[in-house]
Amino acid sequence: MKQLPGFEPAGRISLGLVTTSRITFKGDNYILELESGNTLSPVTVAYETYGRLSRNKDNAILVCHALTGDAHAAGYHTGQPGEKPGWWDLFIGPGKPLDTERYFVICSNFLGGCKGTTGPTEINPATGKPYGLHFPFYTVKDMVKVQKWLIDHLGIEKLLAVIGGSLGGMQALQWTISYPEMVAGALPIASTARMSPQAIAFNEVARQAIMSDPQWNFGLYEPDSQPASGLALARMIGHITYLSEEAMLSKFSRRFINGKNRGYKFEADFQVESYLHHQGSTFVSRFDANTYLYITRAMDYFDLHTDYGSLKKAFSGCRSSFLVISFTSDWLFPPACSQELVKALRTAGKNISYCNMDSDQGHDAFLLPGNRMGEVVSGFLTRLQNEL
Amino acid sequence: MSQIKLHRDTDWSKSIARDRVFDEAICGLTRQEERVLDLGCGSGELLYRLKKEKQVQELGIELDSEYVADCLARGLRVIQGDLEESIIDFDDNAFDLVILNQVMLSVPNPLDLLENGLRVGKRVVITFPNFAHWKIRLQIMLRGRLPVNKDLPYEWYETPNIRLATVDDFMNLCQQKQITLLEKQFISQSSNGKLRPINFRPNMRSSVALFCLANHHQNIKED
Repeated sequence: MKQLPGFEPAGRISLGLVTTSRITFKGDNYILELESGNTLSPVTVAYETYGRLSRNKDNAILVCHALTGDAHAAGYHTGQPGEKPGWWDLFIGPGKPLDTERYFVICSNFLGGCKGTTGPTEINPATGKPYGLHFPFYTVKDMVKVQKWLIDHLGIEKLLAVIGGSLGGMQALQWTISYPEMVAGALPIASTARMSPQAIAFNEVARQAIMSDPQWNFGLYEPDSQPASGLALARMIGHITYLSEEAMLSKFSRRFINGKNRGYKFEADFQVESYLHHQGSTFVSRFDANTYLYITRAMDYFDLHTDYGSLKKAFSGCRSSFLVISFTSDWLFPPACSQELVKALRTAGKNISYCNMDSDQGHDAFLLPGNRMGEVVSGFLTRLQNEL
Repeated sequence: MSQIKLHRDTDWSKSIARDRVFDEAICGLTRQEERVLDLGCGSGELLYRLKKEKQVQELGIELDSEYVADCLARGLRVIQGDLEESIIDFDDNAFDLVILNQVMLSVPNPLDLLENGLRVGKRVVITFPNFAHWKIRLQIMLRGRLPVNKDLPYEWYETPNIRLATVDDFMNLCQQKQITLLEKQFISQSSNGKLRPINFRPNMRSSVALFCLANHHQNIKED
């Protein structure tokens, strides 16, 4: 990996150039049996790795991405000026909390994603056309199953840690239940053990926005003519839930686009509106509408309470240490969700730490600087290594 | 939320020096590799020391998120939460040692906390400022003012100590509740911060007190 001096955010060293790898799991050993009862084969997984796997293979950390993330978690792909680094570059790299000088960091696009892993946009070998709505429904448990294949393929018997924010945190939790012997530490951040009805409601409005766009055409749109307005609207709704009232107030206040003057128009007039429009339109160029439908459904179905009888029972066989982090201003997956999880883990006698971080950044705080998540995660990982 | 705010308004940094007075003694009362619960562990000074010197299996409970972050950053196991709520969920005898270092007087129900401490821990160490210290008596008697000093570094309107207790009060309670006293230590802290052990007439002469108690389950065994 080449260093690109002067190319990274001030004071931090970037990983430099990184590439996405792909591995296809095919053949009789790799028939993916989904929770829904369907099967899927072959399955291709896009992933990136940073740092070096130690001789004892005991320094691997799996990063699980959230709803619209991908395998490109850190570093740069092209090195072109103006290129944005991976989605968690703030957190992954030499000297950063997920220190690539110490740890071997893995991030894969989860099952059903649209960034290189088999999902609705990929070609269905049976028809020669994109899967679209023929793609089977999948769950968080299924995503984790595929990640396990990847970890096995990389020759890693036990992960030092599985870490993720939001939907990524759900995967981290599922890992400790599905493969308890493979996870030393789990770090669910701004996450929950079950989707709340409020969060499901927001997902449903987002899906309805996509499906009521005529361009959606029951999922049969061409890749270059997405249901743009529906998908953009879905993203706008999402973004409102990722921010907090305080964050919006400090970011936009009531400012107009044109100084202090009202525009007397229905096009974007306030800065908060143009922000949302921008988020919506850029999203359309990088994300697939059908994929959005499937992923939000996978989130909706996530419910460890019901899946295992109770939260305490869900974790009864798990042997991992946990660090649970929530953010005070997160109202999508509010601290109460994490606290419910913490209580269950504590009463189940599990090794657990919990911090409700002071932040006015809302749900997205785990992607942003300005809170103490970095040093807390770094301290926890060091302890995990010492306890190995 | 309002409850968290209430606690956050207390400037705990004022009592940092006072809270460390018995660290050496608590360290001495801790055995190798014990399971230790520190209720209200602050930034984890004591737990860090116990982990380093006694290799304890530590767990801290702390309400203030900044302190919790301090603890976690130094690799300690800590759960953010209200200590009175948190302690209810632990099993009987889940810990060898429960530490209540300068927190008993700041909770609404000190007796419940103490009894729960004795339920979840085989031994409980409690420290608190002694309100019967002669200087406090004099201060109230002669000046008519509540004390503000190294052991009680808060004005009346900001103090986290919503309960008051003296050495004799506490010993009386232990007697009433038939709690076994394993160890007691008393210290007098002078205004320049000098610490002096007190062995004679502690209720009058000590400014801070430490008690180590054994829980009921052990009493039964001993009987």
